[in-house]
Amino acid sequence: MFLINCPYCGERDQAEFSCGGEAHIARPKNPPELSDDQWAEYLFLRKNEKGVHYERWNHEYGCRQWFNLARNTATDEILAIYKMGEAPPKLKANIPATPSGEPSIGSGNSSTSKKDRF
Amino acid sequence: MFNKNKYSFLSIARNALSHHENWQKTWKSPEPKKNYDAIIVGGGGHGLTTAYYLAKNHGINNIAVIEKGWIGGGNTGRNTTIIRSNYLWDQSAALYEHALKLWEGMSQELNYNVMFSQRGVLNVAHNLHDVRELKRRWHANRLNDIDCEWLDTKKVKEFCPIINTSPNIRYPVLGATLQRRAGTARHDAVAWGYARGADEMGVDIIQNCEVTGINVKNGNVTGIETTKGTINSNKIGIAAAGHTSVIANMAGIKLPLESKPLQALVSEPVKPVIDTVVMSNTIHAYVSQSDKGELVIGAGTDGYTSYTQRGGFNIVEDTLMAIVELFPIFSRMKMLRHWGGIVDICPDASPIISKTHINGLYFNCGWGTGGFKATPGSGWVFAHTIANDQAHELNAPFTINRFSSGELVDEHGAAAVAH
Repeated sequence: MFLINCPYCGERDQAEFSCGGEAHIARPKNPPELSDDQWAEYLFLRKNEKGVHYERWNHEYGCRQWFNLARNTATDEILAIYKMGEAPPKLKANIPATPSGEPSIGSGNSSTSKKDRF
Repeated sequence: MFNKNKYSFLSIARNALSHHENWQKTWKSPEPKKNYDAIIVGGGGHGLTTAYYLAKNHGINNIAVIEKGWIGGGNTGRNTTIIRSNYLWDQSAALYEHALKLWEGMSQELNYNVMFSQRGVLNVAHNLHDVRELKRRWHANRLNDIDCEWLDTKKVKEFCPIINTSPNIRYPVLGATLQRRAGTARHDAVAWGYARGADEMGVDIIQNCEVTGINVKNGNVTGIETTKGTINSNKIGIAAAGHTSVIANMAGIKLPLESKPLQALVSEPVKPVIDTVVMSNTIHAYVSQSDKGELVIGAGTDGYTSYTQRGGFNIVEDTLMAIVELFPIFSRMKMLRHWGGIVDICPDASPIISKTHINGLYFNCGWGTGGFKATPGSGWVFAHTIANDQAHELNAPFTINRFSSGELVDEHGAAAVAH
């Protein structure tokens, strides 16, 4: 569990929020012309990134506003929070070593403090 | 023929003479060769059974299983060990029932005790909708020749006396389905047993070796890049669970998967108190007791994509609230350990066992929160798909193409707990 800095309410417990999945997936402008594969891409295919993941969150048990969030899915570190309609910031994330060159704590479980990063 | 590697009463007696210090290794850990007839990426249950059945059913023995961690360290050693086949749709019922039949003979076949215990699985109903849904599944199961019974509240209490059937709790027990052939198994023994079986047939099990790239030439797969160098093969099967999207990305393939942490926890060991598996979809709780006496409790997935192998405490809290209401006797149990694994979830909660548009590259993924029960069946059909470059009839409905054609196999209800 982590804290999320809601752009409208400030820092709150993550349990107050719900994740709305990958952000910046635009609904196709020309639905009747889309092939089945293009529909599948829009509806089902996801980046499922290990690293920087841009996603939508809703402050469900708070102000109920939607906003965007960039998170490193390998560590859960929140890298940026920005409002709906804004362009995603360009970010880089450190991916922790996987079990073959693993740190002292479990795979992906590195803390976000600088000295423990890889 | 006398096989000195066979585990038996005699082998225990023989090894007792040397103080059990000379037991053979369960599998070799060779350095990878340059070329293989097939490579399986992922040394979990699904990858190992795939290698095992490729060797056993299809005569392909020159295989490498590439594992970035260690055998039994991934989701195979992290799940809550529940095995059942009471799925709703014909396609899934056939696949999981095939797996359940393989479980029934597994210890004998592998000469390795996987402690498969058919103690029954209860799926509990708490409201009218649950009752209708579970009865529908009960009838569907019976039409598919899968054993299933409906128990009313009184019978549930008889079958599992410690369950709270008071009508005054927030979500009262209104009945349950029971699959008596369902149960649990020792999860890491399954990985070890299949690893040993595959190793005996000549499969190379390579641990601590991470895949860093997939080599594709003119639409044909040619091999993989790993932390132990390039390994060539024109047949590569991916069974990488939560990290499937990461591997797919190396080949430029986008999949309909989202990886999420799924948590489980075990309590301090106590004397036998629950001799079955109880699952509840509505209040999200499932519990069984291991042979060591620990309660094994499964929590839910977190609501966001993550690869951290840990989850939110609020998820654990929700699950334990439900467990304590259903089993007040557990309210003072201390939880000993708690962990997470990364599961790859498909939009329809059914797996993908499929060819891809790249020749020789196959995916076995999307098992989501319930892949353990399918371990032997999954390997069986995936081996068939790799060996023949064509789906087995059991996994023919589970292609990647179903997301374009719309022929989804929606098993969100029968995934037993809503994730």
